[in-house]
Amino acid sequence: MELLNVKNLTMKFGNLAAVDDVSLTVRQGEIIGLIGPNGAGKTTFFNCLAGYFNPRNGAIHFDGHEITGFRPNRICKLGLARTFQIVQVFREMTTWENVIVGAFCRTANSAEAYRETMEILKFTGLYEKKDSLVSNLTIADHKRLEISKALATKPHLLMLDEAMAGLNATETNEAIELIKKIRDRGITLIVVEHVMEVIMSISERVVVFDSGKKIAEDTPEKIIKNPRVIEAYLGEAYHA
Amino acid sequence: METSALALLKKPWVLITLLVLLFLPFSTSNIHFHHVLIMFMLFATLSQAWNVIGGFAGQVSFGHATFFGIGAYAALVLLKRFDLSPWVGMLIGGGVAVIVAVLIGYPVFRLKGHYFAISTFAVAEIAERLFANWDFVEGAIGLPAPVLPEGLVNFMWYKTKMPYFYIAFILFVAVLLLAYKINRSRLGFYLRAIKQSHEAAEGLGIDTSKYKVIAMMISAFLTAICGSFYAQYILFIDPPSVLSLDISIKIVLITVLGGAGTVIGPILGAAILIPLSEYSRILLGGTGKGVDLIVFGALILIISVYQPQGVVGFFRKIGK
Amino acid sequence: MDLDILLQILVSGLLMGLIFALIAVGLTLIWGVMDILNFAHGEFLMLAMFFSFWMFSLWAIDPLWSLPVTVALLFAIGVGTYYFIIKKVLNAPGLTALLATFGLSILIKNLAQFFWTPDFRQVQGAILGDKTLSIFNLNVSLPELIAACGSALITYVVYYLIFRTKTGRAIRAAALDRDTALLMGINIDRIYALTFGLGGACVGVAGALLMNFYYVFPSVGGLFTILAFVTVALGGFGNITGAFYAGILIGVVETAGGVFISPVFKYTIVFAMYLVIISIRPKGLFGW
Repeated sequence: MELLNVKNLTMKFGNLAAVDDVSLTVRQGEIIGLIGPNGAGKTTFFNCLAGYFNPRNGAIHFDGHEITGFRPNRICKLGLARTFQIVQVFREMTTWENVIVGAFCRTANSAEAYRETMEILKFTGLYEKKDSLVSNLTIADHKRLEISKALATKPHLLMLDEAMAGLNATETNEAIELIKKIRDRGITLIVVEHVMEVIMSISERVVVFDSGKKIAEDTPEKIIKNPRVIEAYLGEAYHA
Repeated sequence: METSALALLKKPWVLITLLVLLFLPFSTSNIHFHHVLIMFMLFATLSQAWNVIGGFAGQVSFGHATFFGIGAYAALVLLKRFDLSPWVGMLIGGGVAVIVAVLIGYPVFRLKGHYFAISTFAVAEIAERLFANWDFVEGAIGLPAPVLPEGLVNFMWYKTKMPYFYIAFILFVAVLLLAYKINRSRLGFYLRAIKQSHEAAEGLGIDTSKYKVIAMMISAFLTAICGSFYAQYILFIDPPSVLSLDISIKIVLITVLGGAGTVIGPILGAAILIPLSEYSRILLGGTGKGVDLIVFGALILIISVYQPQGVVGFFRKIGK
Repeated sequence: MDLDILLQILVSGLLMGLIFALIAVGLTLIWGVMDILNFAHGEFLMLAMFFSFWMFSLWAIDPLWSLPVTVALLFAIGVGTYYFIIKKVLNAPGLTALLATFGLSILIKNLAQFFWTPDFRQVQGAILGDKTLSIFNLNVSLPELIAACGSALITYVVYYLIFRTKTGRAIRAAALDRDTALLMGINIDRIYALTFGLGGACVGVAGALLMNFYYVFPSVGGLFTILAFVTVALGGFGNITGAFYAGILIGVVETAGGVFISPVFKYTIVFAMYLVIISIRPKGLFGW
């Protein structure tokens, strides 16, 4: 079942096309990897989908609704959530308080939101640190908190923007496990990552951006052999 | 997480403090003391109301006297011109304040930081000037309350302050419970989120404009109610006494000194500042030389320099 | 509508506006560099005016000659305020700094009232005195004209300082990114002190010039503070040129409003205009 349909999306800043005529379809239950060199337009793409930017051209359909130009809060309520590359946690609140903000998206009842929050914290492994002030958390925990907040809004589609940046090998493995668990809950995922091992191990399909354009879309094994992709990365490619 | 507002009353130290406060006026017949207690509760309530938009949502308003004045004038003007009971006047004043909050709120909330603060100054100054030149409310001459038999119906007493004390106490406790409840409700969490990261808040499904306006509406309504109370207590109002910048700033001061964004901050702040300002006026103000204000200014300066996190921050530091 | 009257209003407004501009420039500097709203700005102005007054009253020194002394005193007061007060609240939540300067303003205002009484004071018999000039059928008050020219000149000097000198570049760097500036070896502490001193100096000039034709009393600062705030916001946060043009605009609107609508409401009109403009351009006329 088609969950997300992006048609000819273009986002320009002045005359610079940060996203240039990109089309993409995502089916329910998939994990899509989104890769590309720095500045390729991946975050801008996310921002357009999530409602932070108003695209110059194109249409976005999500779960049967057209959401082009909607404000972020409305898109979130429709079931599309995202994490930020530079983690946007609420610094003066504790871990659980951060997550409950997300939980309130689905219920106005504090007790219910609180229960949801505890469940999410256990799911992402932050339960032990639920009362910690955010400033006392490690980077890996920050990333998990970002994800927890988004999960609390009960999304159908979750977009992760470089959720693994700055993690060591163990932490990265834990993150991969978490992503798989999220998928097992029935949430569709688009994952932006630079760490190739991660993309390879979790994505069913990989989409490659370069200079705002979508230059390739295929299975991971075929993508790494794609000459266009190798050229775009020029040396950063993961060689089998 | 406890969500019932009344749970606050079940905490022993809260109950004890409130009971002490309730019986405090009986410890002495000194009317100055009674007056200070009433002012303390009034300003604690005002600051609690301001805290909703200023402390929680982080939108610092320097124009709250506008709502205070609307409440004050609504009560007395409607009583004088239409024989309307001050209680009804109070509700109408609250309603008008809410409308004004919405009208001003939507355009002004798009402004960031200092721009917003200065806009609230501008609104407050305009309001004071308008009222001072509006004959319907007796303008700058001032509006005395009509002399009516005292009692609950007319909301005025001449021979004793005690009924005012009880009403102020009820107001104080009610708003305290409300603040506590908001703090634990979706509104409270949303406001704090909006204050710390607009972007992240939007991304979690929060309609930031809507919630800021809601916070402003609540804040405006409660502030106006306090204004009506004040009018019925003092029995004479004029623009400088209910619409001045001094009142707006005093409210901000109390909340920030006590600790903005916390439920107990406004109370602590009022407990320190109100006796300070009232007693320094009573003891030193008689000379007319402004000595009380010199002391007041110096103390504000000292407290903000040496305790920037407010009194709550001070207790937190001790707690560590 | 008599063209002469219109011109007269414009000129009067322009003159006052230039003085507002200088006061605002001092404030916008502080705001732009340190993100502090100096509530005591008007009180600094009041002090400058009083210093000027007393030097004339006690030692018969004309405000024009005592101007450098007044400026030096206000510079010192600015620097002192930074070191004893502002520095300690820089890292505190923004409201605290506001309150510190507010406390300072109450303190200064009431100390002035205590020592000098609330009486209105004016300088009588100074060099500029009450002279007026007749230019193109317009009556222009000489002290106002000198004050306006002086203000414009000093505003330009400040502009030059900030944009064409090495120190100015350091100030701008500190304003843009304090941490990076620190890393590049700029002594932030001294820059901040200098900025606050400069803000005080601006107000020192304005006050000394104002004393030639205005009257001073301890509470005179309040109105100027609010007007300065509005001017600064209108011109855009930290924007010197913006503050300059905004000051002139406000001077003209205030004068015109006083004549065409009512002297009672002239400031109300200024504030209303501010609200209208700011809702169309949320960062001020020239803000970025």
